[in-house]
Amino acid sequence: MADEPWAHSRYDLRLAQSPDAPETAEFNDQKGDFGWIHSYETGSTVDGPGIRVTVFMSGCLLRCLYCHNPDTWHLKDGTSVPFERAERALASYAAPLRAMGGGLTISGGEPLVQLHFTQRLFASAKGMGLHTALDTSGFLGARADDDYLRNVDLVLLDIKSWDPATYRRTTGQDVKPTLRFAERLAALGKPVWVRFVLVPGLTDDPANIEGIARFVAPMSNVEWVEVLPFHQMGVFKWKTMGLQYELLDTPTPSPDLVARVIGQFRDAGCRAR
Amino acid sequence: MSQEGLDAQTPTGSPDQVKAVHQAKAPSAVTSSPDVADNGSASEWSGFVPGRWQHVIDVRDFIQRNVTSYEGDEGFLAAPSARTKAVWEKLQPYFKEEIRKGVLDVDAKTPSSLTAHKPGYIDRDNELIVGLQTDVPFRRAIMPYGGLRMVESGLKAAGIEPDPIVHEIFTKYRKTHNDGVFDAYTPEIMACRRSHIITGLPDAYGRGRIIGDYRRVALYGTDRLLAAKRADRALLDAKWPTDDVIREREELAEQMRALADLATMAKNYGCDITRPATNAREAVQWTYFGYLGAVKEANGAAMSIGRISSFLDIYIERDLKSGTLDEAGAQELIDQLVQKLRIVRFLRTPEYDALFSGDPYWATECVGGMDLNGRALVTRTSFRTLHTLTNLGPAPEPNITVLWSKQLPDAFKRYCIKVSAETSSIQYENDDLMRPYWGDDYGIACCVSAMRIGGQMQFFGARVNLGKCLLYAINGGRDEVSGDQIGPASSPVAGDVLDYDDVMEKFDGMMEWLARTYVHSMNCIHYMHDKYYYERLEMALHDQQILRTMAFGIAGLSVVADSLSAIKYAKVKPVRRDDGLVVAYEIEGDFPKYGNNDDRVDSIAADLVSTFMKKIRKHPTYRNAVHTQSVLTITSNVVYGKNTGNTPDGRKAGEPFAPGANPMHGRDSHGWLASCLSVAKLPYADAQDGISYTVSVTPSFNRLDQSEKIGQAVKVLDTYCGQGGFHMNLNVLNRDTLLDAMENPDKYPQLTIRVSGYAVNFVRLTREQQMDVISRTFHGEA
Repeated sequence: MADEPWAHSRYDLRLAQSPDAPETAEFNDQKGDFGWIHSYETGSTVDGPGIRVTVFMSGCLLRCLYCHNPDTWHLKDGTSVPFERAERALASYAAPLRAMGGGLTISGGEPLVQLHFTQRLFASAKGMGLHTALDTSGFLGARADDDYLRNVDLVLLDIKSWDPATYRRTTGQDVKPTLRFAERLAALGKPVWVRFVLVPGLTDDPANIEGIARFVAPMSNVEWVEVLPFHQMGVFKWKTMGLQYELLDTPTPSPDLVARVIGQFRDAGCRAR
Repeated sequence: MSQEGLDAQTPTGSPDQVKAVHQAKAPSAVTSSPDVADNGSASEWSGFVPGRWQHVIDVRDFIQRNVTSYEGDEGFLAAPSARTKAVWEKLQPYFKEEIRKGVLDVDAKTPSSLTAHKPGYIDRDNELIVGLQTDVPFRRAIMPYGGLRMVESGLKAAGIEPDPIVHEIFTKYRKTHNDGVFDAYTPEIMACRRSHIITGLPDAYGRGRIIGDYRRVALYGTDRLLAAKRADRALLDAKWPTDDVIREREELAEQMRALADLATMAKNYGCDITRPATNAREAVQWTYFGYLGAVKEANGAAMSIGRISSFLDIYIERDLKSGTLDEAGAQELIDQLVQKLRIVRFLRTPEYDALFSGDPYWATECVGGMDLNGRALVTRTSFRTLHTLTNLGPAPEPNITVLWSKQLPDAFKRYCIKVSAETSSIQYENDDLMRPYWGDDYGIACCVSAMRIGGQMQFFGARVNLGKCLLYAINGGRDEVSGDQIGPASSPVAGDVLDYDDVMEKFDGMMEWLARTYVHSMNCIHYMHDKYYYERLEMALHDQQILRTMAFGIAGLSVVADSLSAIKYAKVKPVRRDDGLVVAYEIEGDFPKYGNNDDRVDSIAADLVSTFMKKIRKHPTYRNAVHTQSVLTITSNVVYGKNTGNTPDGRKAGEPFAPGANPMHGRDSHGWLASCLSVAKLPYADAQDGISYTVSVTPSFNRLDQSEKIGQAVKVLDTYCGQGGFHMNLNVLNRDTLLDAMENPDKYPQLTIRVSGYAVNFVRLTREQQMDVISRTFHGEA
């Protein structure tokens, strides 16, 4: 594997790194003394404001057809990292991140699977004077109580579809928890960037987009709606992992389609890009 | 602008080098003083704020009193003039033909000198700034004083017959630098050269890395400069003739002859440079004549022009104020100067090209930087210089170097980043880090070597292969490729697994030997270079008392750091040949890799830099030069890798090293910020000749608009420098573009990329080097 192009990168598949980790669905993180981390990356400019350190947690309950990190679905895919080590690593970036007006983004996987670990890491980051962002599908949003959200400055909330059937087909799960979480964030006035992955033939139905747009438009806490055009960069992972990838023949969205969808959001009154 | 507080100040910080510079600088100022002032008042200086600079040779003082900082943006810049375009048009066929053919033409009969060739022109009617190295553009000159072999092999590669008379002269009657060095070398040094553990030494070609203060020609004219030299000579005449004094007298005589010849050269172009420049055009022209003289006589590896933009700006401002020049005219002067700097050519050999590809000559020009009073030395002409990359298109030369300080005006920072994004032709160096060492009138020789202009020079020493040194330690001094005993015979590592402490002890001993041999060879080289190939004109544009540094270098830092980390944190098993020579390694387990902001290995890298520097410092140098060191490979990382066997970090035999101080390709797996922070940990105090770091980012199509992106990039550079980062070669490139350029070079005649410490025309790299560039880490989404 060392000769594969993704070896040593964050695409380095960490299969069976922690074979004794619990099953993701059954996991109940009470202490957060250690976490299963797939990888982390520094220098991103797309995961929140400024320059970010992005930590990719392992474990997710969704099975999105277009997932570009299928190697983060299970806790077992991650490396078990003591909290103190993660905190030390973050601290080594704190000064430059502060200088660049950036911060910590926890992504995944689904950060809320490892609730207490991520809660502690967010608290640490706040203590270091960093901006914090939670990148989540919202499916486990109910787990994040107000205490948890106190240390989160921004939620990057993926609303993967409006239409329940499309959502289920896309993710294998129910859309309702995500929408409830969005409403709660709105009630709290917590800043949110809504993200929507545009997949031709899957999520691009005008009514599907209209639904999200109308739902989000009245929420004054939503600072941005970001339309993320589907890409095929994750396909090699599906292949390597022997998973069935359904979107092999799906094209990336045309500029016209992207413009149409952004237009739909804007017409509904959203600040979209 | 207020003139208060503009007097020369002592730089802060207390490294020994700074002290040395001050000790060195003081006497010259005194010795030069009487004659300059007595040489008549100068109408050429009217309108300038008077000061010390009128009485002694002191360009910095002139700049300090007269420079106009500019804090605005690029809105004022002008397009290229019709004349500039006409000259540029005339040059295009040469550029195109050169990509196809390589060397276009050589005058094989005429050893070059200031006056050897008749004046040459590109387009006489449209050339505002004149002067060519020979009588025809792109006709290269021969400079056999460095070494005849180099000349003849260059000629042969270009398909041109060497001239029998030149051959006879330089074999029968006149000894060269190259001959001299090999008379002094020891068998041990020869073996090190042969086995590529010490490479690229300037023992057969010009050492370069000397920056004449070409501005002096414009500000003072050669008559005043000669007068100052005469005063210096009088002092030397009064001294007892020790070896040193006799040498200095001879050198001074050579310098004075060079100044007279320079005036003759200029006269042949119809210019009287015995007097100071009277206007901006003359200031540009006189300064360029100084540089032209240097590149006519010295085929140095790097021939930097220094820090001229803000100096020239003073003349331009004066003419703008008096209404004799407008912005279009100002830009025209700078464009035409840069055209000249883009067509400097030297005759070099294929072997040289393999090391330093793309015909570089490092006409490095520094823009930006702060002065010791906290004022930005950014002028409109700093912008005009950067703007040449837009007016004339991207190009590797002149090697435009931005002296980056957190305090630089924001509009200037933003403009630099914008030009970087469009041209990938700029490098950045940390002025806040260098200023305490070198003051506020230093320039960069070559890629990353700072020196006070006119007050300091270096003895260039290429670099040693630290990766090979580690392998020698493991193999008891035997070369892992040839099996020959090159280093001192010692016991090779025993056992099935490499033990960190054991390897470190052996490595320490091997570095000790290598450092000693390296200093030894450098002393031989520079003794002979001074003797047989003295840079008389460049040194004439220096003070009499100068600081000399001897610049050593290391290659393979990241390979060695990762190797030691593997030995320490993973299990590394040596694989031995029948005769016991370790030729490969098996690694079990993972280990921290340099480039991920992981102190476990970053500290190994930083310690290596300091350790080798300490060992170098133990050995006295020729002319008591101050030892310095660089972590810089330029493109030679490919050749170093080619000549080095398997290494314990998992790198395969023949694979390139990472360039400069870069982490190994693809091993910096946590993004560019982590990578930057690792590099920033290398101590500048022990690498005062510079630490080179190249970053390639892919232009991303993310949501940020152009202005936000520029703002972020500015913050990134501020932060990297704030963390102690020394240098950043910034590429904004798309991998696909490079691949396409390899297949269709005609489509990309001006595609420029930054490699370790300089920029190159991508299509002129060797295929191996193109592949190396493409395989390097690209950081997306930046």
